Amino acid sequence: MKFMLTALLANVLVMTAAPAQEALQRYEVVGDAIPSSLTGVPGDAERGRAIVLKRENTCLLCHSGPFPDERFQGDLSPNLAGAGARWSEGQLRLRLVDASRLNPATIMPSYYRVDGLTRVGATWRGKPILTAEQIEDAVAYLTTLRQ
Amino acid sequence: MTSGWARLRRLAPAAAVLAAMAIVTASAEIPLNERRSGYADLGRETKAMQDDDTANPGMLAVLDGETLWSAKAGSAGRSCADCHGDARASMKGVSARYPAFDAASGRPVNIEQRINLCREERQQAKPLAYESRDMLALSAFVGLQSRGQPIAPPDDARLEPFRDAGRETYNRRQGQLNLACGHCHDDNRGQRLAGIVIPQAHPTGYPLYRLEWQSVGSLQRRLRNCLIGMRAEHYAYGAPEYVELETYLMWRARGMPMETPAVRP
Ligand code: HEC
Ligand code: HEC
Repeated sequence: MKFMLTALLANVLVMTAAPAQEALQRYEVVGDAIPSSLTGVPGDAERGRAIVLKRENTCLLCHSGPFPDERFQGDLSPNLAGAGARWSEGQLRLRLVDASRLNPATIMPSYYRVDGLTRVGATWRGKPILTAEQIEDAVAYLTTLRQ
Repeated sequence: MTSGWARLRRLAPAAAVLAAMAIVTASAEIPLNERRSGYADLGRETKAMQDDDTANPGMLAVLDGETLWSAKAGSAGRSCADCHGDARASMKGVSARYPAFDAASGRPVNIEQRINLCREERQQAKPLAYESRDMLALSAFVGLQSRGQPIAPPDDARLEPFRDAGRETYNRRQGQLNLACGHCHDDNRGQRLAGIVIPQAHPTGYPLYRLEWQSVGSLQRRLRNCLIGMRAEHYAYGAPEYVELETYLMWRARGMPMETPAVRP
């Protein structure tokens, strides 16, 4: 009993020192795609648009897209216009979840990955950039970008 | 006007550093004849501000620094001028060759650390904090004496391991966005990050006046901003990693003219 209590306390200490990593949803990669939704349900394209446009989510640092009202867009990477015609839903999902699987040299961050990173700031440590729900919403939106 | 980074900056509290797997990505270094200062990308008005001493807000720090230069300080009751005389002669080209090797600590020291060594050892005064008004003023005043001089890192073999360490840090992916400095400043220089032209990261103008900061800031403040943008743990001011990065950045900019005090958006 005493032993268990110390073990428990030790656990609590560890957890407060470094917040436990949120468990990521498991997913299966088939070819260059993740065919199934991370949440088991389809995302919402309208919410997804807001997610892609929101500054903190960083997409527009590098990408431009069919967003005429957005003044500050990046040009380090392909324009998002037509992404939904070039790629299937599953392909888009893997590109958001972990683009480095397809191109280890890519500068596109992995939006749903917490391992293999170095010196992540305390605010962001142990968390994916986007949640599974946000990934699904963004994917749903990107599939609508057909031209 | 705010920068691309500022639009998504989230302040990270300083915390213990964990150096996990270091994934080093080698970016191609910029050919010497393709290098350009951040000055080249400034708008016409910002350029004019840097070019005109009566309009350049950085000159206020320089003037403060000039006063401090001849003010007695510390229990030794000595001023910088008591030892170094007229800065226009004695400090000419000095900032252009820092960081320099400090035999006592066995490491490179940057110009701020050099100023603090003089304060502690020669003036018996308290060291000045990074980004304090007095430190920015003195380093801006000393830096002005190198304006127009080519950056000239010392030809000193003892600096090499530190420069190499700086190059490694520069090329190491880090932070939640998993980017290396070189991804932006070498591979994507001149491209637009959220609408902002990515400069080549030359340290030619520091300390400099940044419109976004509405104040003068050091090179390390700039590096801290980029690390926060990458969502990486930043270092404490004066940390060896920063001085190593500075040693590499100055070498990378060798031969480029100093602009202190520059103006940036
Ligand atoms: C730091 C740069 C960067 C950021 C931030 C970034 N991307 Fe990318 N993205 C790239 C690059 C570069 C490519 C090209 C392929 C590669 O290098 O893997 C790419 C490719 C893509 C593609 C495939 C484009 C095509 O048609 O070929 C999509 C879709 C995409 N990104 C969406 C996003 C979304 C959505 C976000 C934000 C949640 C985002 N990206 C954030 C750099 C970035
Ligand atoms: C994703 C892009 C990106 C990354 C990664 C990045 N920076 Fe920057 N950096 C910028 C941008 C953009 C600016 C221009 C100022 C601004 O808008 O914030 C800048 C400015 C600078 C400057 C100032 C140049 C001048 O003219 O005064 C230096 C020096 C610098 N960065 C060094 C670094 C170092 C060292 C690292 C890595 C620790 C780094 N940067 C990582 C984008 C980046």
